Amino acid sequence: MPVLDRGLPIDDRWTDLADDQDIPAEGAVIVSLERWRTERDALTARRDAVGVRLKSNQLATEIADDLGSLSLVALEFPKFRDGRAFSAARELRERFDYKGEIRAFGHIIPDQYLFLTRVGVDTVVVPADRVGPAWAHALKEISVAFQPALGREEGVSLLRRHLKGTVPA
Amino acid sequence: MPDTHSPALRSNQPADAHAAVYRYDEFDKTFIFERVEQFRAQVERRIKGEITEEEFKPIRLMNGLYLQLHAYMLRVAVPYGMLSSTQVRRLARIARVYDKGYGHFTTRQNIQFNWPKLEDVPTILRELAEVDMHAIQTSGNCIRNVTTDQFCGAAADELVDPRVYAEILRQWSTMHPEFTYLPRKFKIAITGSPNDRAAVQVHDIGLIAKKDETTGRVGFTVYVGGGQGRTPYLAVKARDFVPVEEIIGYLEAILRVYNQLGRRDNIYKARIKITVNEMGADKFIGLIEEEYARLRRQKFHVDPAIVDAIQTHFAPPPWVELPAISDSFEAAKAADPAFARWTRSNLTEHKTRGYAIATISLKPIGGIPGDAEADQLETVADLADLYSFGEVRVTHEQNLVLAHVRQDDLYALWKALDAAGLGTANAGLISDIIACPGLDYCALANTRAIPVAQRIAERFADLDRQHDLGELKIKISGCINACGHHHVGHIGILGVDKKGEEFFQILLGGDAGTNAALGEIVGPGFDYDGIIDAVETVVNTFVKLRQPGEIFIQTLARTGHAPFKEALYARA
Repeated sequence: MPVLDRGLPIDDRWTDLADDQDIPAEGAVIVSLERWRTERDALTARRDAVGVRLKSNQLATEIADDLGSLSLVALEFPKFRDGRAFSAARELRERFDYKGEIRAFGHIIPDQYLFLTRVGVDTVVVPADRVGPAWAHALKEISVAFQPALGREEGVSLLRRHLKGTVPA
Repeated sequence: MPDTHSPALRSNQPADAHAAVYRYDEFDKTFIFERVEQFRAQVERRIKGEITEEEFKPIRLMNGLYLQLHAYMLRVAVPYGMLSSTQVRRLARIARVYDKGYGHFTTRQNIQFNWPKLEDVPTILRELAEVDMHAIQTSGNCIRNVTTDQFCGAAADELVDPRVYAEILRQWSTMHPEFTYLPRKFKIAITGSPNDRAAVQVHDIGLIAKKDETTGRVGFTVYVGGGQGRTPYLAVKARDFVPVEEIIGYLEAILRVYNQLGRRDNIYKARIKITVNEMGADKFIGLIEEEYARLRRQKFHVDPAIVDAIQTHFAPPPWVELPAISDSFEAAKAADPAFARWTRSNLTEHKTRGYAIATISLKPIGGIPGDAEADQLETVADLADLYSFGEVRVTHEQNLVLAHVRQDDLYALWKALDAAGLGTANAGLISDIIACPGLDYCALANTRAIPVAQRIAERFADLDRQHDLGELKIKISGCINACGHHHVGHIGILGVDKKGEEFFQILLGGDAGTNAALGEIVGPGFDYDGIIDAVETVVNTFVKLRQPGEIFIQTLARTGHAPFKEALYARA
C-alpha cells in the first residue's frame, strides 16, 4: 500500500511481514511485536533494518527496551476512532526519546494527519484508492496550534503569544 | 433610549466594550477562519461522497453538528458561559435566518439550534467566527467546552475568578493533537467559589481554584472520574493543590493515562469514571502521578505572565462607588409586590456595594426550559448594554444572567424583562426545571422530558406557593443517559420505556452543589399522567414534615426517604 510522507507518496523500502511469511534474506522488514519477541536473534542477525508493529492495545512501554535495535515502529489504527496510537507515538518521542521512524497504518482519515505529525508520526500508510490531494492539504489548512506538542512549536505553546514580544513559532 | 449608567454607551465605545469575554487576536482569528474553511471542504467532500457518513460523523461532531431525530442540530460553544451583547445579537440573527427563530440553552452553558440545514452550517460557522465564536468540540470524543460558575467575577463568595483558567484550558484543549480521539467525551468544570455552582464533582475532571493560605499563590484541587449518565459517580480527589503553573502538565498526565487505558470495547463503559472505578481510585491516581513525574514539565509550564496577559480580557468592569442601600430599589420593592418577589428568587449578592447579580429565567410557566426566541435574545442584549456592561452569561441550569446590575436599575430591568416574558420569579424554585430535549428532539430518548417539565410547572404555577416551598431543584432526563441531570436533582425524574410505554422514576436526594450527592430511586415508576401527581405528593409530604426555615433537601436529609416512599406507595 502507498506510504505518504509530508502528504505525498514515497518509494517505500520496508516490507510489512505477516507472521506466517518467511523472513527474506535481505531488505528492511516490519514484524509484529510477538514475532519480534520470538525471532529477535534471527532478525537482528541480518544486515538490514527491522521495524515492529504495535497493535492499538500495545503501549509504547512494550517496546521501550528494544528501541535501540529498531529503525521503525508502526502503530495500528484498527478504527480511526481508536486514538491510543496518538499517545503511543508521543510516548515514543517524548518519554523514550525514540529517533527512528514512526509510521501509522490501518484506518486513518486525512483529518487526523495533522494531529499525527504533531505527536511524532513521520509516515502514514494509505489504501491506494484513498491517495489524493486531501492528505497534503490536511497539513496546510490549519496553521495555528494552541498547545505544545512535537514539531516546530515544541516548547512554545501559542499561549505564549500573550507574552509581550514573543512571536509564536 | 432609556436612562443608562453604561459608561460605554455614554462615550463612543461599543456598548459591550467592558464585557468580560475573551477577544480574539490575529492568531485566534486566523485559526477560526481556517477552521471554518476546513469544515466547508469537509462538507463538500461528504456531499460528493469522498468520505463516508461514518467518517464524516466525528468530523461534524467535532464541529458541533449532530444528527437528531428530525434534523441536524448545531451546538454552539459559549466558552465558560460568557457572552457579549454583540455575540447574543449574532445568535439571535442565526436563530432567525438559519433556524426557526429560537435557540435552546443547554446544561453545558452552550446554545443549540435545532433546525439548521447541512449546507448552511459552514456559513453559520463563519457568522459565528466573525464575533469570536465557534462550535468546536461541543461534541465528539474530545475535551468539551469548559464550564464554570455563572456568577464568576461577581459573586460575593468567590475566592478566585476561574475565567482566565477556563480560557487557558479552552485554548490548550482546542484541536489537541493527542486527545481528540479519546475513548469517550471529556468534560471539565472549574469553580473558584467554596459554594460550588459548577457541579464540579460530576465532571470527568473538576477543578476548584483556591489560594494557598501561606504563599497566596493560586492552584487547584483536582477531582477526577465524576459523571452522570447510566452509571453515575462522584469524582475522587486526585490532588489537593496543583499550582497554576503545573495545571496543564497535570491535566496532560490524566488525559494520557485515560487515552491509553480507558475502555474502548463498550461505549457505555468508556468514560473515565468507569476506568477510575474499575481500576480503583488509588491505582488510577498512582498512574497519573507516575505519568506526571516523568512528563517534560517545562514544556507545559504555565508562565504567570501568560496568566496575567489573558487576565486582562476578564478585567472587572468599571463599577462605581454606590451606597449599600438604594432608596429607589427599596421603594420599588415596597410598591410592587411582584417585583419584590422576583428580587427574592432571582437576585444574588454581588461583591461590589450597590450592585446585584440578576438571573433571567428561561423557565416561564408552561414554556420549554432553556428556549429563547430571537426577539428575546435581542431584548436581553439591549438590556445588557443598558444595565450590565453589555455582558450576558449562560447558566448550567439553562437560564441567563446579568452579573453587574445597579440596584437602582433593577426595577427598570425587571419591568423590561417581564414585558418580554423573561421576568418569571422562579430562579432556584420548583418550576426552574432542568430538562433534556427528550423525545421531542433526541434520537436517544425513551420518553418525553419537556412536556413533563411544562406540566409540573403548570401544576405549581402559583408563584406564592413556589416561594413558600423555597429552593427545590427538579431535573428531568428522558433516558438513562442523564442529560437532564436527574441524578443530582433534589427531585430527579428519569423517563424509561416499559414495553413501548413511557414510565417515569423518581429519585430523591441528589445535589449538584458543594455537598454533591447522587439521588436514589424511591420506588416503581409512574406513568405520564401519574408522575405529576407523584411530584406533588412528594412536595406535600415535604410541606407536612418541614421545620421552620428548612428547604426540601434539608428536610429529606433529616427524615430520610421513608415518609416520602410511604406517601407515594402506601395506597397501592
